[in-house]
Amino acid sequence: MLIPRLAFLSLRSRLLTTSLTIVSIALSVTLLVGIENVRAGVRESFAGTIRGTDLIVGARGGTLQVLLSTVFGIGYPAGSVKIATFERWKAHPAVKWAVPYSLGDSHRGFRVVGTTPEFFQRYRFRQNSPVTFATGQAFAGDGDVVIGSEVAERLHYTIGTPVTVTHGMRDIGTSSHELHPFTVVGILNRTFTPVDRSVYITLAGIEAMHEGFEKPLVTIAKAKSAAVATSKSSVAPAFRPKPVARKETPLQANVPAVMPGASPPPGTPMVMPGASPPPGTPMIMPGAEPPPTMKAASKPVIAKFVPPKTPETETSIEATGVEPPHDHTNDQITAFFVGTKNRFEALMLQREMNTDLVEPLTAVIPGVALGELWQNIGGAEVGLRVIAIFAVAIGLTGMLVSLYSSLEARRREMAIFRAVGAGPRTIVSLLVLESGLLAFLGCVIGVAFVYAGLMFGQAPIEQRFGLHLSIRPLGGTEWTYLAMVFFAGIVIGFVPAIKAYRTSLVDGLSPRA
Amino acid sequence: MTSDAAGTPAVELSQLRFAYRNGRDVLNIEQLAIARGETVFLHGPSGSGKTTLLGLLAGVLQPTSGHVKVLGADFATMSSGARDAFRARHLGYVFQMFNLIPYLPVRENILLPIRLDAGRRARLGSQSLDAAVHDIARQLDIDPLLDAPISELSVGQQQRVAAARALIGAPEVVIADEPTSALDTDRREQFLQLLFASCQKAHAALVFVSHDHTLMPLFSRTVSLASLNRAADSRRTA
Repeated sequence: MLIPRLAFLSLRSRLLTTSLTIVSIALSVTLLVGIENVRAGVRESFAGTIRGTDLIVGARGGTLQVLLSTVFGIGYPAGSVKIATFERWKAHPAVKWAVPYSLGDSHRGFRVVGTTPEFFQRYRFRQNSPVTFATGQAFAGDGDVVIGSEVAERLHYTIGTPVTVTHGMRDIGTSSHELHPFTVVGILNRTFTPVDRSVYITLAGIEAMHEGFEKPLVTIAKAKSAAVATSKSSVAPAFRPKPVARKETPLQANVPAVMPGASPPPGTPMVMPGASPPPGTPMIMPGAEPPPTMKAASKPVIAKFVPPKTPETETSIEATGVEPPHDHTNDQITAFFVGTKNRFEALMLQREMNTDLVEPLTAVIPGVALGELWQNIGGAEVGLRVIAIFAVAIGLTGMLVSLYSSLEARRREMAIFRAVGAGPRTIVSLLVLESGLLAFLGCVIGVAFVYAGLMFGQAPIEQRFGLHLSIRPLGGTEWTYLAMVFFAGIVIGFVPAIKAYRTSLVDGLSPRA
Repeated sequence: MTSDAAGTPAVELSQLRFAYRNGRDVLNIEQLAIARGETVFLHGPSGSGKTTLLGLLAGVLQPTSGHVKVLGADFATMSSGARDAFRARHLGYVFQMFNLIPYLPVRENILLPIRLDAGRRARLGSQSLDAAVHDIARQLDIDPLLDAPISELSVGQQQRVAAARALIGAPEVVIADEPTSALDTDRREQFLQLLFASCQKAHAALVFVSHDHTLMPLFSRTVSLASLNRAADSRRTA
């Protein structure tokens, strides 16, 4: 009890030096823990771009290609997926929900997504926040448009604003489907995800745009609704199937090779032994090119539906060397999002989809793919860490300097302790306890600074930078850092402590004042 | 170790030589014995090795050769830690000035050796710490100052607090290194009377270093370090 009390009183007697030292350590700790928080925040908001979706399924292509093209709207998907395939997988017993996702058009630089109203219920971001409407509601008719917050902000759109959708992603104004005006019916709240920069319409809407409004919307919608069971087209409510009926869609009967109903024993290849694949469908190896038969089948479709391009567009596409697969037929979508009934089934389902015998698919688990992507682009965080560690080194050096310089003034004190019989253990533990206490208080106050900063800075930072820094208990990395600072404080305390003991010995008992 | 005054002397030096690292001998003392209850006035010119000698007596310094025995215990055979513990238990030490830990109040400064060593505490017997502090404070006339901060004390009061700390728990040996040099003449006498009385009560040997020869007659014995230390002779002749 004596030594802690001595340490406390000694520190208190040099209040100014003590508090300056503590503040310098605290600031270093604030920087270290703060940077760690920002780093985690950046990472989290990146990983939180899409939640709640267990699989994103697109045409056979790279994992990142599927993720980037669908979620982030970067690059182009490898191809398209037949609605029939979507319907087939949607009926799979492991699938809880599936939402179609069709890309390829843009509106004044913002991408247009064709989907169903269910998308707004299923798309989750950050922890598990649903997409909410700032005003209006989800689209009901094929002429309805829902826009992200950034779209609304930049283009000054409100409910009721007529919207023209442009065909293709780049050619703004060149081949606009001027004839097909849409109307804004809903504006989404800010999510700080690519959702903010998207324009949502129904699948039928996309189709109508491409086929032309010469056909009355109703007929198109009817045709669409027959294909897309979930499309809640208000015009064709009779075609909306009941959830129970989904498993019995006639489409399922066409694909005997993949048995969605019969769950195969674990480890069994997806292709059932004895079950012969449908005629004309060769075995599709994962990662293999689509078989020629399928290519041949889809080529005319592309040729038929790609509208004539202006020379401008041609060159710009050639320059990038990527041809956007852009075919809107009655039975094609870009991708679909899947939620499983049991999240553990996602992996199994992914494998099943990747080995789909009918159509070459790539199923991506968004969390895993985002993680991979982060590993590639997250190099900057190493730099942040290095800076933080330098900051702590400076803080600790400051502590060493202040302990060491205070020691010169304390030589007499040490001599007195020696004279009354204090051994090395007493002197060393006193000084080490003091430095440990400084480091400890520095850590505590530093962490307090961080939380205070988060409390006051959270909202402004989110508003300004779209970075959500969550206030949460300290994580493993933070604790490790704090332990390192504390430990370093103790180790540093030994330096003057040993020197003090030696000095008081050499000085004898009467150091000169 | 807990020998009586009748038996072994409180302090005994024999064939003592001491040199700082790679230097000449600072001290070379053939023989010096001080009995318990003796008050010894140790004098000598500056640089004659007085402070070094006190360091050796306190067990803070170790002789290059020869023996320092305090209460019959040979420091040469003891570890550094054991000498620290021995010092806490059996010795009291008063510096010239700045004796006190500035951030502890008077009471805690006095109690420091008791707190540092359980053996010193045991010497108080059944007496409570508070009673022991009041006892010694009353003897040295600092009773009303016990809870005062050090900064409010005069130099004379500070020296008496230092004496109280050196004497609490009745150590066998009290070492004082020019404790009165910062005091005016009146205060000097007063301080010495209090110190003597307390040493007598504790039956302690007092080794008192001073330049002030006017104090000499008050002591039971006078030792001139200049004549005792043969190293000083050799240095002078060299």
